[in-house]
Amino acid sequence: MSYLNISNVDVVFPIVNGTYIALREVSLEVEKGEFITIIGHSGCGKSTVLNVVAGLLQATRGGVLLENREVNSPGPDRAVVFQNHSLLPWLTVYENVRIAVDKVFGKSKTKAERHDWTVHNLKLVHMEHALDKLPGAISGGMKQRVGIARALAMQPKVLLMDEPFGALDALTRAHLQESVMEIQATLNNTVLMITHDVDEAVLLSDRIVMMTNGPAATVGEILQVDLPRPRNRLELADDSAYNHYRAEVLRFLYERQRRPDAA
Amino acid sequence: MSKVIALSTATRMEPQRLETPAPMIVPNEQVDVTAANRERQPPVPKMETAIAPVSRTRTRVAAVLRAILLPALTFLVVLAIWSFVNAKITSDIPTPAEAWTRAVEVLGNPFYDAGPNDMGIGWQVLYSLGRVMAGFALAVVVGIPVGFLMGASRAVHQACYPLVQILRPVSPLAWLPIGLLIFQAKDPSAIFVIFITSIWPVIVNTAAGVQAIPQDYLNVARVLQLGKLEVTRRILIPATLPHILTGMRLSLSVAWMVIVAAEMLTGGIGIGFYVWDEWNNLNVASIIVAIGVIGLVGILLESVMNLAQRHFDYNRR
Ligand SMILES: Nc1ncnc2c1ncn2[C@@H]1O[C@H](COP(=O)(O)OP(=O)(O)OP(=O)(O)O)[C@@H](O)[C@H]1O
Ligand SMILES: [Mg+2]
Repeated sequence: MSYLNISNVDVVFPIVNGTYIALREVSLEVEKGEFITIIGHSGCGKSTVLNVVAGLLQATRGGVLLENREVNSPGPDRAVVFQNHSLLPWLTVYENVRIAVDKVFGKSKTKAERHDWTVHNLKLVHMEHALDKLPGAISGGMKQRVGIARALAMQPKVLLMDEPFGALDALTRAHLQESVMEIQATLNNTVLMITHDVDEAVLLSDRIVMMTNGPAATVGEILQVDLPRPRNRLELADDSAYNHYRAEVLRFLYERQRRPDAA
Repeated sequence: MSKVIALSTATRMEPQRLETPAPMIVPNEQVDVTAANRERQPPVPKMETAIAPVSRTRTRVAAVLRAILLPALTFLVVLAIWSFVNAKITSDIPTPAEAWTRAVEVLGNPFYDAGPNDMGIGWQVLYSLGRVMAGFALAVVVGIPVGFLMGASRAVHQACYPLVQILRPVSPLAWLPIGLLIFQAKDPSAIFVIFITSIWPVIVNTAAGVQAIPQDYLNVARVLQLGKLEVTRRILIPATLPHILTGMRLSLSVAWMVIVAAEMLTGGIGIGFYVWDEWNNLNVASIIVAIGVIGLVGILLESVMNLAQRHFDYNRR
């Protein structure tokens, strides 16, 4: 049995006149330490899958097993980095991470240890210079870093990221991708990340899960990315294997799953 | 999930006035720019830096002069109209000079006390402020929890919303007879009227604030498995505080307007009755002085609330 097991998940939403079948028979097995990205057209149901794993949303049928235990409510063992950072704006950068640390390690660590752990995680994302700033006073990329630090600080079994860099400009996005790879190299987390950026998917992933269009979206194809790590985006630009993977994903998205409305 | 969905899909009630401070009063940096807006704007190179320092000082001086001269001009126009009214319409309205003399008298000794029927204007203002604060405090104590419940529970919202909608537009003075009947005394009746005045903006803004909490914050709370009390203390209250303060600010300014009218009807010591009393004595100069004092106290209350917002509202810190 794999580490994280999503098996035959259906999600049906009640809507005004009837129901909307968002997901049908979504199944995925993830090994410990794997970095998985989910890619698919907008509205296909990527966030829905992630929310089911997070426990924020209940599957209509099927379910999720993490280390053979069923997941049915949210918890810090499945930390989420939300698309729009969702830092609490009345807490400082430090406090935003500390609130998570206190909650998860309130009993197992002393106050001093919790402080150190908070700072340690902010250092991981290179944000130790802004501990006392409010989220309103830092840039979008920095907020996303803090969001990642908050999630990492929970020491989750699975790190869930919903288009974490979606709202950022290309340069900031590249910086954050480097940070994520660097952190992944040290911590070797199990990561489930949503993206709609093909390059990001190939650069970061061990496997890319490509989803079909909704309604009743499901896993279309899974692409194993066998590029050696550490990966360097400049070197990869001319790498034939890299370009092959990239083309595979593009082919899936724009030939096999062309949006019906995007003629 | 169900609980949170109920929260976010509950029929939204429009806030009394979800206000951003009027840009012309507030210096530029303090205008509420949402964080999202701020981060999207690339740093604009400051044009001024290209200008020689001499002319920059000159611009600064010109700006200060304008800030003094333009209001002074308006003030002069008002004085002119006032003098015109005195000269051509009715001489019962005193001249600005007469009003000034009276102001010096009244304000020169604001805290004399010659028995309950003859006290300085300072005492009158303090008595009025006391009633406003009592009614306002009661409204805050009752209104915030009610607003919270209405914002958080769809059922409570449905139960209370129609009542709030019917009562909110009613002039608070219409409640005065009811107050007099229930309390059989002037002071509690006036406080009751202020309470009724103040409570609606507090309820409506608090409820709107709770409903406006982004789902993301609640999801963060769920991932962290915060308990009900922790969610209230660490998420709900801080997230709604800006709305609550806006409601309180609206309440307070309306309450200060209403107390003057209420006291004219109830009598007793207070700035409202003072105006009424001077009217009966045909002491119009005193009334004009009182109008000025009422306005100044209003500004004072407003700036106290501004200070509170600056302190507690994370958008403005
Ligand atoms: N609460 C809900 N009620 C009804 N329909 C919903 C609900 N949540 C999502 N949906 C629908 O389910 C489908 C999948 O939504 P989801 O948010 O998972 O898409 P997504 O792949 O994450 O899209 P995007 O890339 O734009 O974020 C969409 O068609 C959406 O309209
Ligand atoms: Mg999504």
